[in-house]
Amino acid sequence: MAAQTMFEKIWDSHVVHEESGQPSIIYIDLHLIHEVTTPQAFDGLRLNGRGVRRPDLTIATVDHNTPTWELDKPVTDEISKKQLDALADNVKDTGITFYDRFSENQGIVHVIGPDLGYTLPGKTVVCGDSHTSTHGALGCLAMGIGTSEVEHVLATQTLRQFKPKTMEVRINGDLPVGVSAKDVILGIIGKIGINGGIGHAIEYTGEAIRSLSMDGRMTVCNMSIEGGARAGMIAPDETTFAYIKERPYAPKGEELEAAIDEWKKLPTDTGAKFDKLVEIDAADLAPFVTWGTNPGMVAKITDRVPDPASFDSPAERESAERALTYMGLEPNTPIEEIKIDRIFLGACTNSRIDDLRAAASVIKGKTVNPNVYAMVVPGSARVKLQAEQEGLDKIFKDAGFDWRVAGCSMCLGMNPDILQPGERCASTSNRNFEGRQGKGGRTHLVSPEMAAAAAIAGHFVDIRNW
Amino acid sequence: MEPFVKVSGVAAPIDRVNIDTDQVIPAIHLKSIERTGYGKFLFSSWRFNADGTPNPDFVLNKPEYQNASIIVAGRNFGCGSSREHAPWALQDYGIRCVIAPSFADIFHNNCYQNGLLPIVLPEEDVRRLMDKLEKDPGTKLNIDLEGLRIWDEDEEIVLEFNVEEFRRYCLLNGLDDIGLTLQNEEAIKAFESKS
Repeated sequence: MAAQTMFEKIWDSHVVHEESGQPSIIYIDLHLIHEVTTPQAFDGLRLNGRGVRRPDLTIATVDHNTPTWELDKPVTDEISKKQLDALADNVKDTGITFYDRFSENQGIVHVIGPDLGYTLPGKTVVCGDSHTSTHGALGCLAMGIGTSEVEHVLATQTLRQFKPKTMEVRINGDLPVGVSAKDVILGIIGKIGINGGIGHAIEYTGEAIRSLSMDGRMTVCNMSIEGGARAGMIAPDETTFAYIKERPYAPKGEELEAAIDEWKKLPTDTGAKFDKLVEIDAADLAPFVTWGTNPGMVAKITDRVPDPASFDSPAERESAERALTYMGLEPNTPIEEIKIDRIFLGACTNSRIDDLRAAASVIKGKTVNPNVYAMVVPGSARVKLQAEQEGLDKIFKDAGFDWRVAGCSMCLGMNPDILQPGERCASTSNRNFEGRQGKGGRTHLVSPEMAAAAAIAGHFVDIRNW
Repeated sequence: MEPFVKVSGVAAPIDRVNIDTDQVIPAIHLKSIERTGYGKFLFSSWRFNADGTPNPDFVLNKPEYQNASIIVAGRNFGCGSSREHAPWALQDYGIRCVIAPSFADIFHNNCYQNGLLPIVLPEEDVRRLMDKLEKDPGTKLNIDLEGLRIWDEDEEIVLEFNVEEFRRYCLLNGLDDIGLTLQNEEAIKAFESKS
């Protein structure tokens, strides 16, 4: 048999039906659903007299709309409440496992899927959310889908897709000290551009990727979509298997050992061809900060805000000008001199236990700058609990951080956590689009370590000198 | 789904690259549980000033582009969030077709699920269209999905385009994917029984 990529192995083993000129029908092993992109899908099912085909392969939770204040305080936004209630009503009596706002397993879908042991190597995973690419860190094929596709999966447990092309992104060498998983992916997007991955599934390879923890790998895969790729994946290895052993709903004992034997067959075969290869030298990576209004507009912490005149193409120049106007930045300002009003540590990119540990180690014994409001939002109730058991909450609170309840929070400006117009935020989330964190808000994407240090200093600082 | 065969209408140029779905419709407007009613939020951050009044500089607010049913935009249109509210907002506003040099994958798929036609044209053709629309504001374009042709009312610009045959067939006939997939029920059952 010809040498295959991991993507091809997973794709081929999930094809239900293929016809020339038509999108393939692919079987879906895990469907994660949340309150925002599902109400219309359930309406569609009802309208057509269809049911949920595989409730046993569907997991529901609430994350986007939920306030991150204490659980004894109700959801005060009536429209949000209606949407949250709609999900509860829709899953009722279907047999779908539902982790509501009060569940110990509640959290951001892309945090709880892997953490609870639902996301496993070799699976096909979908969710009505573009950051579903996160799950690929475990060696599965995970893609974001729209609401019509959510309805399609609910009704048929399959998805119709044209087979994407493959792209290998290889990071050669060891990561320099102070360079985190977030910097790896920001560096990749800076290189390939935010449309570089269109039509492709990315596999991240190389020593630098292998050295990352599972949480770090999820950070990398999470932002695949920011490079235009619907899916990003990393081959499973001993790090993956050790992680899965600890997950409550993952296979156990002999079943797990048998599964691991199968998962070991997943990695891309030697000699398999990707449609595209991008190579990056890890030594060229540094702590990054975005300066503009898309995740490809990145600069090293030691750089300056670029001058739009330095861009070759008129479209890029115009974009940079617009971005700097929106961001309220002058060309050639040193990144380190940019002052910050708010810090958001959270989102499906960076709200796992490793992220919280890394940020806590930076701020331990220090105090948040008086001009800064800083908040930490753990990605799930389980992450929050674990962090509290490790005393991380105390480190954050002692430093002056607000310690919140799990949810998407200020990543996307649709719950009470939003920026005010003109406020500037160092954020560990994944998107710095205009208005993403609230109308007029200005977002700089950074790693948890960089966000933590900026909270203390009141401006960006090079974490390598911390 | 409403079939898409031919559309003739005013085309509005939005000469920006990487228009993300947060611009098409900000997340704050995604709280509804309905499929309709999002048109009033289309491009809301660009269309409206902070006090809620229309921003006269935004293309869709200019008198010549009232009732636009086609948008011509820069590359990588629809990047970012998977929210299907983006095509819903476009459609609810009255847009039936978006023309750009490239589209983000999820948005591209979402369009087809809703009878909204995303047309990919080479960069230079999009530029020609954009220039024409800016030179003669209010220009109507004709889009024929059967003949795979686009032309302006003066026939100054006549272009051909491609759409995957399966997508074209579904759009022309207003077919939804679920019904088609369920024709393969036996194949799904067979897959489930072997795994």
